[in-house]
Amino acid sequence: METRKWEQANGLAVEATGLVKVYGKERAVDGVDLVIPRGTVYGFLGPNGAGKTTTIRMLSTLIQPDDGSASIFGHDLKTESAAIKSRISLTGQYASIDEDLTGIENLVLISRLMGYTTKEAKQRASELLLAFGLEQAAKRQVKKYSGGMRRRIDIAASIVVTPDLLFLDEPTTGLDPRSRNQVWEIVRALVGTGTTVLLTTQNLEEADQLADRIAVINHGKIIAEGTSSELKASVGTGTLTVQLLEATDQSKAASIIEQKLGAAVHVSTDGVTLSAQAKDSSIVAEALGELGKEKIGISDFALGRPSLDEVFLTLTGQSASDQPTEEEHS
Amino acid sequence: MSVQIDQDHTEYQEVHPLKAVAGGKRPDPPSAMASTMAFAHRALLRIKHVPEQMFDVTVFPIIFLLMFTYLFGGAIAGSTGEYLQFLLPGILVMTVSQITMYTGIDLNNDIRKGIFDRFRTLPIWLPSALIGALLVDVIRYSLASAIMIGLGLILGFRPEGGALGVVGAVLVILLFSFSFSWIWTAAGIIMRSEKSLMMVSFLVVFPLTFVSNVFVDPSTLPSWLQGFVNINPISILATAVRGLMHGNGTWEQVGWVVVVSAIFVVIFAPLTMYLYRRKE
Repeated sequence: METRKWEQANGLAVEATGLVKVYGKERAVDGVDLVIPRGTVYGFLGPNGAGKTTTIRMLSTLIQPDDGSASIFGHDLKTESAAIKSRISLTGQYASIDEDLTGIENLVLISRLMGYTTKEAKQRASELLLAFGLEQAAKRQVKKYSGGMRRRIDIAASIVVTPDLLFLDEPTTGLDPRSRNQVWEIVRALVGTGTTVLLTTQNLEEADQLADRIAVINHGKIIAEGTSSELKASVGTGTLTVQLLEATDQSKAASIIEQKLGAAVHVSTDGVTLSAQAKDSSIVAEALGELGKEKIGISDFALGRPSLDEVFLTLTGQSASDQPTEEEHS
Repeated sequence: MSVQIDQDHTEYQEVHPLKAVAGGKRPDPPSAMASTMAFAHRALLRIKHVPEQMFDVTVFPIIFLLMFTYLFGGAIAGSTGEYLQFLLPGILVMTVSQITMYTGIDLNNDIRKGIFDRFRTLPIWLPSALIGALLVDVIRYSLASAIMIGLGLILGFRPEGGALGVVGAVLVILLFSFSFSWIWTAAGIIMRSEKSLMMVSFLVVFPLTFVSNVFVDPSTLPSWLQGFVNINPISILATAVRGLMHGNGTWEQVGWVVVVSAIFVVIFAPLTMYLYRRKE
């Protein structure tokens, strides 16, 4: 009840029903429904080729859906794209920046295209460069930037005018942890001022850190949706990973773990790494004790949070990394 | 890579995102003129940062003019000096028409690199993205024309139409090139790669420029070929340019160039914009 009241007061940023996009014989997006309240962060989690980018491109007016409907802040996607464009901003997977131009030239260009005068545009560009830790690189061509700097200038270009809805397509893929944290900090600051963010990621931790709600998408369909804790509850609280000294112990160890944890054991291709979901840590201790009693040598063990791979194992019965990597449509 | 990062202090300069998100008040969207000027400015900055791209409007014209003058001059007109009077207007038309295809290549690169997506989600009058770039291309074509005419004058070209005739001829070329460029913007959106775009462009531009009256008087050609040469837009342009430069041009000749240019714009500008909006 509480959420519904809140939604009514604030309205929805995105409401989509049955979105479909077909490329040839492949249904890249196959009936996606979305409800994203204003002022929240929504995470789109899935492997390459799952349909994340295609969905974002439809919602940001870049491509037209083959079926279904959507509205952004109440504006119809098909008929009111101009109104939508003035509320949204997109940071694509590949830098949407002119790499031959310098950082400041790029931001001045986008600022002018937003409607600032040249003087205001210069002022806004310097402000953004300072805020994003890029003022020393302002006069350098973007093609000479590091990955993290490129991401930041790209996001800076997207918030020249603070958008009401920001699409971030895999904002941290390929970044080192420090750059990733900087991007997270930026996203949090934006949400703090009321911007709704729809971000895609292949990384559960990122979705966990940033998103209020998460949709897991695979083969163009949303296969699970909920808050981070709801999703994790559906795949177990954590995963026990055990590395054996001898591959010959594999089947014996697997049966012990399976029995103790009451969950299916996944054996890695190396033959010595076993993993299974664990409902609580006490049974993990029991399982490890049992392995010790049976004199099964262990080189390493860990109790980790469920990874995207495990979410996928549970939800689809197939590993995320086993998915064929399909070419993203541009 | 890691070594470079250690030395590069700008890599991890601190971020203070809150300072930036507060400042982004939304102004009124830019006028068509303002966004066109912003895109033109971008094209100028690209010339500043990637000066190699000026080769096509500086080095090419010089090579073309020297090559054709000395290669064909003696054989076709008896002497290079005399051939130059006939050739220069035509080769100027040919060279500028050929460089128009780089417009499509630039757009094709924008599409593949992602900045195209950003432009398309901005609240702007979309054609300004292309018109801005085309306006700077017109400057490039002017430069190519100036270089060729300058070199021609040194080699002995004497336009009887005087300075006024030459300026008029260049203006006619610029009008035609701006209009002709819309073919390449449409092709630049359709083609998947720069390579295939280049191939298609050459397939269009070479027959058009060579099977024309640029090099030879069409009356020496077989009659079936004359038919094509006479309606070829490049011939129509070359005729008008020759007329203006040599002081015997007619309004009819110029009028035909205007008509041909208008046809290009009317067909290919809306087609380009349709493709631009619908590109997936």
